[in-house]
Amino acid sequence: MARSTRVPVLRRLHALLPAGRILAEEQHLAAYESDALTAYRNRPLAVAVPETADEVIALVRFCRDEGLPFVARGSGTSLSGGSLPLVNGIVIALNRLNRILKLDPAQRIAVVEPGVINLHVTAAAAPHGLHYAPDPSSQPICTIGGNVAFNAGGAHCLKYGMTSNHVLGLKAVLATGEVVEFGGAGRDQVGPDWTGLFVGNEGLFGIALEVTLQLLPRAECYHTVLAGYATIEQAGDAVAAIIASGLLPGAIEIMDALALEAAVAAVHAEYPPGCEAVLIVELEGPREAVAADRGRLDAIIAESRPVEARPARDAAERLAIWKGRKSAFSAVGRLSPDFIVQDGVVPRRRLGEALRHIDEWSREMGLRCANVFHAGDGNLHPLILYDGRVPGALEQAEALAGRILRMCVEMGGSITGEHGVGVEKRDHLATMFSADEIDCMQRLRAAFDPRLVANPGKMFAEAGAPALTQHGLHPLERAGVISRE
Amino acid sequence: MKTTASGASPLTPTTVAELAEAVRSAPRVIPSGGGTKPRLAREGEEFYRLSTAKLSGITEYEPSEFTFTALAGTPLKVIAAALAERGQYLPFDPVLLKAGATLGGTIAAGISGPGRFRFGGVRDFILGVRFVDGGGRLLRMGGKVVKNAAGFDLPKFFVGSAGRFGIVAEASFKVFPRPPGWRTLRLEAPDVATKGRLLMELARGRWEIDALDAPVEEPAVYARLGGVNEALDPLAMELLTRWNGAALTSGEAEFLWQTVTEFRWAHSGGPLVKVALVAAQVEEFLAMVRAQPEARGWVSGGGNTGYLSVPAGSPLPKLAWPAVMLRGDGPLWLGPTRRFEIMQRVKAALDPQDRFPRLDA
Repeated sequence: MARSTRVPVLRRLHALLPAGRILAEEQHLAAYESDALTAYRNRPLAVAVPETADEVIALVRFCRDEGLPFVARGSGTSLSGGSLPLVNGIVIALNRLNRILKLDPAQRIAVVEPGVINLHVTAAAAPHGLHYAPDPSSQPICTIGGNVAFNAGGAHCLKYGMTSNHVLGLKAVLATGEVVEFGGAGRDQVGPDWTGLFVGNEGLFGIALEVTLQLLPRAECYHTVLAGYATIEQAGDAVAAIIASGLLPGAIEIMDALALEAAVAAVHAEYPPGCEAVLIVELEGPREAVAADRGRLDAIIAESRPVEARPARDAAERLAIWKGRKSAFSAVGRLSPDFIVQDGVVPRRRLGEALRHIDEWSREMGLRCANVFHAGDGNLHPLILYDGRVPGALEQAEALAGRILRMCVEMGGSITGEHGVGVEKRDHLATMFSADEIDCMQRLRAAFDPRLVANPGKMFAEAGAPALTQHGLHPLERAGVISRE
Repeated sequence: MKTTASGASPLTPTTVAELAEAVRSAPRVIPSGGGTKPRLAREGEEFYRLSTAKLSGITEYEPSEFTFTALAGTPLKVIAAALAERGQYLPFDPVLLKAGATLGGTIAAGISGPGRFRFGGVRDFILGVRFVDGGGRLLRMGGKVVKNAAGFDLPKFFVGSAGRFGIVAEASFKVFPRPPGWRTLRLEAPDVATKGRLLMELARGRWEIDALDAPVEEPAVYARLGGVNEALDPLAMELLTRWNGAALTSGEAEFLWQTVTEFRWAHSGGPLVKVALVAAQVEEFLAMVRAQPEARGWVSGGGNTGYLSVPAGSPLPKLAWPAVMLRGDGPLWLGPTRRFEIMQRVKAALDPQDRFPRLDA
């Protein structure tokens, strides 16, 4: 007997959407059982595939009335397990709510549905000389709804901020069933910042139905430099010198030797030989400004004694530099059957110290660890390599991850820069916040979701949270279709 | 530290712990900082007043991190001076700095100066807060580093919340390196339609305009560029080739932008209101202000913010946009306000006993 008729709540759920848009067959559910935190899988009761905002609203109200947990899902690229399904709940797949409802070049805004893919916003804005700034590595596939829920970052956060800095307003259905509209088309608002509170809620408040995004004029000109260094400390010193100079680059990234090796294997990226680290710095702006800043940057880099510095000579070379960087995470999959991506933040001046600890601890624990990070904002992404087939290996990798996160908090940083807490770091929330503070967040959450049906088990460690089981890389990731940041 | 409610001398905590204790000691409480936006701190007689005057000082400043942390009562000018010494600044142009505004009041009011146009406002630079909730608990939310996604974003939520959900004790902000040079241009805009159009056209161009304002009274739009000096002259030249106008001297420019950030264009008394505009409705805003003989107005942030001032005793025009009164008599919130059940529910979660003013008060 099919699960849909066996479970009474599913029979009632079927009444909400036309035939074929409640998936409850095992072969369909299998596709949804994991997100980009591939170490974990859960098979949901069913997957609902709404096509309109009204259908989403009806689904959320149904879940509220039935006490049925739900997880909203876009493309499933969350690295913190944010869209990991619940075995006793449903997935609301928002991919068909993928319309750009409005694009107003004069006011530089776009109003989009949650299933719109990040890069599609920029593609739609490009003919008007505009772009959408937040650029997580998964941008060719991740959706705005997920970006909003997890306050996604990217390589350009130091100068442009995160998703929340680009969301001007939104319409959402809350877990209470209430439909709300916060903010609007203006960049400046009056009253408490409800939009700001909603962004980054990790799916615990409800589901965004329409999101108003600010668009920025596309930079006229870029100057992207890739510099290889004999040691990672030298690369770190170069970052410090750039920051001290008063320049405000759009991006400052570092990849270490193991990450470089992976990028070479995956996308045939080419790096100066004999380098333990590569630094990528990008300036952007009007051509006159870039021309002036470029001289200063080149001089700083020359003084930092790189093995070699390679400025991108044209758009193709710039894209190649970024391709190597943005594919690095998935590329690590070629070096190891499994890996964990971490996302801690340390004060920038302590980057070198943090990397030394990570290196020491990974040697001590017999683990390999690749490092790719947003050096401009102290956001580390250690990739801890392990083999899930070896008993205890995942636990060992998680022990190292935990050690790194505790270090981040001790240094005055954060357990997550851009991936969110999700399932992955829920046990570490208490490292960063006191019991009173977590209680305050729980009170807020209960205001939005008194029945605790919206993405339970994420952000907070609590009873009834889904059990976690480990698995390997996502098949699409293995194939190089999707990537992590 | 028990005193009487409004009318008596305010509670004046000297540490964040004392602030929490002061909140616990008062059944109803309203904070005040520099008194530059007095409407925010004015409540009924049952409210104890709490002054942040002695809760002042920069607690951490790490120029290499682009971050600082300061107590709520710290005057903005103290912060701006410390940042300037290290070649840094708050890009949103803190408002009423010379008049004595504090960091806490700036957060509570949620107002940013003309510089918010390029990189964003107070909400975009706040990183973390320590605050006292309605239960008198001292809590920390957000962080002290430039990038952080852990927990709900209460720091942003507090921007513009007028102390309805908690009293900020200390806040951490991101800062940027200060551009080496500035140029301000006065571009002619003979009528309201041109003014509205010019604001949007300038905002879309390649020039990376830093501030974009338009006084209601003058047939002009002011555009400011910030960056390396070698780049500014050709960019300014291009703008002046494209539109009629002239460059201001640095003295004129400084005077102009201070006129904006200190509200020197406004009537010295009477209601001063911030209006949440959208760029496409600048024309309507200009027309509304002009329709009332005694009203004065200013459009800031590329047409995303409007300010309106009328002399004491004059009625405010009916507003078609959400607005907040910074000084003067009358309701705090003006214009159309959207109210949802969740707002009261969040209020109840953070301040169950209404120790702070009610949402609509």
